[in-house]
Amino acid sequence: MECAIQLKHVTKTFGSVVANKDVSLDIYKGEILSLLGENGSGKTTLLNMIAGIYYPDSGEVLMGGQPIEIRSPKDAYAHGIGMIHQHFKLVDVFTATENIALGLDKREKFDLKAVKKKAQAICEKYHFDMDFDQKVYSMSVSQKQTLEIIKVLYRGADILILDEPTAVLTPQETDKLFEVIRNMKKDGKSVIIITHKLHEVLAISDRVCILRKGEYVGEVQTKDADEKVLTEMMVGRKVTLNINRPEPKNPIKRLEVRHLNVKSPDGVAVLKDVSFDAYSGEILGIAGVSGNGQRELLESIAGLQAVEAGGSILYFNEGKETTPMEVVGKNPRIIRNAGIHMSFVPEDRLGMGLVGSMGMIGNMMLKSYDSGKSFLADRTKPKDLAEQIKKELQVVTPDINTPVSRLSGGNVQKVLVGREIAAAPVVLMTAYAVRGLDINTSYTIYDLLNQQKEKGVAVIYVGEDLDVLLALCDKIMVLCSGQVNGIVDARTTTKEEIGLLMTKLKKEETANE
Amino acid sequence: MSSDISKKPETVNNAAKSQTTGNTAAKEPFLRIAKKDTTSLKNKILIRALSILFALVLDALFIFFVTGLNPFAVYGKMFAGTFGSSIRFSWAMRDLVSLLCIGVALAPAFKMKFWNIGAEGQVLMGGLITSLIMVYFGQSMPTWLLFPVMFLASILGGALWGFIPAFFKAKWKTNETLFTLMMNYIAISFVACAVNILRGQASSLGKLNMSTKIGWFPMFLGQRYNINILIVVLLTFGMFFYLKYTKHGYEIAVVGESENTAKYAGINVSKVIMRTMAISGAICGLCGFLLVCGRDQTISTSTAGGNGFTAIIVAWLAKFNTFYMALIAFLLTFLSKGAGEIASAYGLNDFAASIIEGIILFCILGSEFFINYKMIFRQKDKKGEN
Repeated sequence: MECAIQLKHVTKTFGSVVANKDVSLDIYKGEILSLLGENGSGKTTLLNMIAGIYYPDSGEVLMGGQPIEIRSPKDAYAHGIGMIHQHFKLVDVFTATENIALGLDKREKFDLKAVKKKAQAICEKYHFDMDFDQKVYSMSVSQKQTLEIIKVLYRGADILILDEPTAVLTPQETDKLFEVIRNMKKDGKSVIIITHKLHEVLAISDRVCILRKGEYVGEVQTKDADEKVLTEMMVGRKVTLNINRPEPKNPIKRLEVRHLNVKSPDGVAVLKDVSFDAYSGEILGIAGVSGNGQRELLESIAGLQAVEAGGSILYFNEGKETTPMEVVGKNPRIIRNAGIHMSFVPEDRLGMGLVGSMGMIGNMMLKSYDSGKSFLADRTKPKDLAEQIKKELQVVTPDINTPVSRLSGGNVQKVLVGREIAAAPVVLMTAYAVRGLDINTSYTIYDLLNQQKEKGVAVIYVGEDLDVLLALCDKIMVLCSGQVNGIVDARTTTKEEIGLLMTKLKKEETANE
Repeated sequence: MSSDISKKPETVNNAAKSQTTGNTAAKEPFLRIAKKDTTSLKNKILIRALSILFALVLDALFIFFVTGLNPFAVYGKMFAGTFGSSIRFSWAMRDLVSLLCIGVALAPAFKMKFWNIGAEGQVLMGGLITSLIMVYFGQSMPTWLLFPVMFLASILGGALWGFIPAFFKAKWKTNETLFTLMMNYIAISFVACAVNILRGQASSLGKLNMSTKIGWFPMFLGQRYNINILIVVLLTFGMFFYLKYTKHGYEIAVVGESENTAKYAGINVSKVIMRTMAISGAICGLCGFLLVCGRDQTISTSTAGGNGFTAIIVAWLAKFNTFYMALIAFLLTFLSKGAGEIASAYGLNDFAASIIEGIILFCILGSEFFINYKMIFRQKDKKGEN
């Protein structure tokens, strides 16, 4: 097969961190290539060098056997390379057409009608579905992604790079995207997908290249590969991919949420009449397309979110099951001082759960610094706790005073989860607890949650990977447009059922509105 | 900086070379800038020392070619501006603490990422209240009472001036930069108005209570302003301790890093903002008290003398560490004293002296770039392959 583009002995460093070390990679014409690797293995960095975002420290990029120079995304487009980044680069207040026109060459005539016509032709060719007069801010994530792909095709890209394209999509949307990718392949285009989801790799690609810690490990033809082989190449050793799910023991109601309504600052209802219970010794999963009220729900329970009148969140303490406490109307400190043992691992680890510029000690103090009457803050107990967490969870940090923002994502999460578990919670809430973590750390986190469950903690797990939700949780509550669209038994439900609940409101509930 | 200049001719050579060879291969950018992970203390000191040396060389060129003077003699004079005699040194210390005091006041606000650029006004309010009490209540109050009253009133005045913008920020999210800036002008107008009233028929205000010396600091080790120095030194230590070891200091650090984290921890963000700004304003007000009682014995719109703004530079360069602030304040005072000395000794105009001062400051600040970043030049051997 003919090479579309080749990377030869490419190295890229950031400070003392080697992101890519002597990587050589061939990309053929008309193939779908998966670039597989754990987080931080250098997948995105490598392809950013083809897309003109970074320039390699050494090594070269060849096209048609000739070395080429790509110093900017503009150069990349000139060579027919387009990248769809994980974070979309669209102007919110522009329409689809206007966003496409943004990339026009300065010498070209600014003719929106012509742009739209050409873009529509692309749509028909690859079976996209797009309203070109719609503004970006009113688009769903999947529509935005489609627009990004059209934009890249419009500029004549023959090599498309998609960075974690399915991270934000529902199973149904993912299928649609894969259909489009296959159409592009038929048209002779090369498509590179960056991902760490094995089943998608197996479903879509022709060939898989694997990176580990910035180095090229090898390639496999997808037809010869299975999940086990790929994981071993990715992690570098054998890993068991089974998540434990002990049976709940003696569940007792710990949290009773009734008629919870929350409005965003602009007055839009983000949670509508949410009611559910959480039991000790159970993991309650919360599924939903991101932005459907998950964050607001957890923040309401944690006392960080103003709740509309009429809603109630009752907390049943251990040994005091008959006298529940109301959480609504209290801030986190009052909740803590009232003896409510709730821990919360928020989605935004460094922006909410931790103080990035402080070390582990400073972060251990976050919830305990105000204890005692002294004007001075106590640092000895937090120091002991930091040492303990560092040891037990094997946090990799040069020193417990190193700012946590300098730690890797997995270690940051260990610090946060460690602190929250150390508080001996009765209810433990986690939001996207394994987002961005590598396989090993993810499994550490699942184990920690299971340990808590077996201790009799009521665990609430907001997640995005449906496979994990299905394997880890006891019950799954699906949120859609801020409403509870169903609570299902995780042992008997299917991915398709949840996918449907995530996207389609049940009829009777829409009628009630 | 020196390496940059020495490499320049090469750019030309390389460009010419690649043209002649027809340049089929990809061309690596001539210079790339990458962030350094860490810099050892030794290298930091070395880089800073080199930057000062480089500044002195540049300045010497400027002095020699533009003013025609002997650079070494000029440097000698400059040094003498601070270290020439014991009284000069004493004056330098007096000016240093005036600047440092405001820097210390800004430290908690800046650490909280509340950009208080209203120090000038907060100082003036403190000074104004001190002056008014000195003039109108000086006769009717015993000395042992007068000083505590002036002390507390100036603190309250400054605290109020700091609290107002914080209150609006906490309640309605107003922009504190604009708000504190505008508060300066109000304070200046108040002072201008008060100066006119105090002056009465006189052509200038002169020293307050000139005949009675009521409300002036007593002589302490030969100078009234030595009390200022003492108090500011105590404040510098106190503020360092407050920010590092107290619960308040911890809250300030958390709020500064992320309001969401602060809320998550149950910190009352509005309260911390208002309390911290009141403290920041209070120390500025105290600075006004020290300036009036210990240094000027009078009040004018230029009592703060722009130190409210210079202190912003001091606070930033020191990364809000009050001990580093003392070093930076010393550097700035040394430079300005030196520039003044050169200007008067050689009859240079102020601009020439300012240029000399500016070049030194520029190089020292510029050296931060080399501490945080490294430059990677295109390797020569690669060129050879082509």
